[in-house]
Amino acid sequence: MLGAARQKMLGQSLQRIRPMEKVFRSYSSAAKQMTVREALNSALDEEMSADPKVFLMGEEVGEYQGAYKISKGLLDKYGPERVLDTPITEAGFTGIGVGAAYYGLRPVIEFMTFNFAMQAIDHIINSAAKSNYMSAGQMTVPIVFRGPNGAAAGVGAQHSQCYAAWYGSCPGLKVLSPYSSEDARGLLKAAIRDPDPVVFLENELIYGESFPVSSEALDSSFCLPIGKAKIEREGKDVTITAFSKMVGFSLKAAEILEKEGISAEVINLRSIRPLDRSTINASVRKTNRLVTVEEGFPQHGVGAEICATVVEDSFGYLDAPVERIAGADVPMPYAANLERMAVPQVEDIVRAAKRACYRYVSTAAAA
Amino acid sequence: MCAQMYYRGKMFGFVHLYNGQEAVSTGFIKLLKKEDSVVSTYRDHVHALSKGVSARAVMSELFGKTTGCCRGQGGSMHMFSKEHNLLGGFAFIGEGIPVATGAAFTSKYRREVLKEADCDHVTLAFFGDGTCNNGQFFECLNMAALWKLPIVFVVENNLWAIGMSHLRATSDPQIYKKGPAFGMPGIYVDGMDVLKVREVAKTAIERARRGEGPTLVECETYRFRGHSLADPDELRDPAEKAHYTARDPITALKKYIIENKLASEADLKAVDKKIEEVVEDAVEFADESPHPPRSQLLENVFADPKGFGIGPDGRYRCEDPKFTEGTAQV
Repeated sequence: MLGAARQKMLGQSLQRIRPMEKVFRSYSSAAKQMTVREALNSALDEEMSADPKVFLMGEEVGEYQGAYKISKGLLDKYGPERVLDTPITEAGFTGIGVGAAYYGLRPVIEFMTFNFAMQAIDHIINSAAKSNYMSAGQMTVPIVFRGPNGAAAGVGAQHSQCYAAWYGSCPGLKVLSPYSSEDARGLLKAAIRDPDPVVFLENELIYGESFPVSSEALDSSFCLPIGKAKIEREGKDVTITAFSKMVGFSLKAAEILEKEGISAEVINLRSIRPLDRSTINASVRKTNRLVTVEEGFPQHGVGAEICATVVEDSFGYLDAPVERIAGADVPMPYAANLERMAVPQVEDIVRAAKRACYRYVSTAAAA
Repeated sequence: MCAQMYYRGKMFGFVHLYNGQEAVSTGFIKLLKKEDSVVSTYRDHVHALSKGVSARAVMSELFGKTTGCCRGQGGSMHMFSKEHNLLGGFAFIGEGIPVATGAAFTSKYRREVLKEADCDHVTLAFFGDGTCNNGQFFECLNMAALWKLPIVFVVENNLWAIGMSHLRATSDPQIYKKGPAFGMPGIYVDGMDVLKVREVAKTAIERARRGEGPTLVECETYRFRGHSLADPDELRDPAEKAHYTARDPITALKKYIIENKLASEADLKAVDKKIEEVVEDAVEFADESPHPPRSQLLENVFADPKGFGIGPDGRYRCEDPKFTEGTAQV
């Protein structure tokens, strides 16, 4: 609603202030605002109406309209045969989804959070990810596992783990993690259309955040390529890689760094597996410094993999050691102040970027 | 023959033989159409053969050759065949049951949502007594009964889970009683007699085909060899083994055929000879088949090989011809 009013105002002001067009560049394609929740809902809706083989299965996805209201309205539109409320049996219904996928149906399995998916991880990895290989191409598994991942607010240790690193190490899986609404729409549509198992890691705290979406993103055939990262903000002094909620934090950190004379390039990974090594390396070769940001545990995390990647491909280009920002190496505490300390904050990213820039005196840092 | 080949080093890893349980596989699977599916465990060689996978393909797969049913990539425990609707081949016990339930779900979905009115495919899930204590088993009994899925759960109760006796592991050893607890019939049958198994299988499969829902069938059977070829099989009482060996399903069927004059001794001897020939031929074929080429290592990981990501040169890795040769780094 607010978006439509703003759009009208802008439309009128555009007509009057033609020469200033470049200032309103981001709105020139009649940008609409959309929350991530609406983006996911519309992507599911469109894919389900385009292909009758797509169905949604999970706890509370039907009558409850989705535990986080992502599947709102889908039960009324598609009926209980395509939007299935399951009993609380992750291992059971995930396996059922895999069995259905063997026969060419395209299930979308929703986990209330990926923490609960640990009860079904055997099916995600052993019967979904590995099947195409074990059967030498006979059993393809066009399935999507989606749900919120990572820390929410005050939900404690068993509801806050980030699984990007675990699923990201498994061959046969594709792992995606959107940030903005456009990411959410494009990547979910690509995941549903993909013939391989895809783990789609969302984040509960950004479901309600609004982002501008271009009109091409609203088109029902809009898809983003899997395996390509997006450069959210261009810069020349330091590269910051992040995914999901941390992209927002990194963008804020980049603004703070800008004021201090450091121009940061923020890369939204979008795809954890396959990792877009070429974009990351091209960026590091340009800026010569790298900060990786993630919410999960530090050991064997996504940042560790990115660091190894950069060392393998662009060692000679690094002017400073890679800075790795990750969640604290503890199970998530409950107390609000401790939780804030256990998850990376904007100040941590700023500090790491500065460390990466000032560690060696160079003209870029002095600027 | 498998055991011989294993001990000669042609087969490796985990091999689980099915000797003694043949009546269950034959009794059930021979009643199926080609489009019906079968899901099994690691003890799946005979299920594969019953479902129609050729002996040559099975033997080559066991030898790890590229002519196997899964091109050597699956092995003894992971036999898949899209053509014969054999959905595996799962190493974890209980893992196949939800997958089988999913295949049954697809059958129902195709009939009701995709409106393929003649889709009445039935799924059979085979698993053992040890699996009946696993959570996934109960989860699937619940959902199959709840949604009336066309599936038959076949328990091959051979009384032993490696070295753990069924009686030591289960609070109520009568597995067929677990069916009515979930709202489906639970039937007990002597799994050493192929004709009795066939009778029960007929009722259960017809029931599923009519859309009346799942059935749980417990077959009392026995494996004459150890759990796998690596199992020394010391815990089982020789008296128990003797008792069941006397009830060998193949000899029992032979006796029945001769007594009822359905065929003569000579006919049966000819069948025996033919089987030996098929087996010898399969071994020879497998022996002579080539090992998988090096380039096969990276094949089939993804249906869409763009999943390997973008290489350092900015193009998708799968577009680089050196990729599958194994010379590019992954």
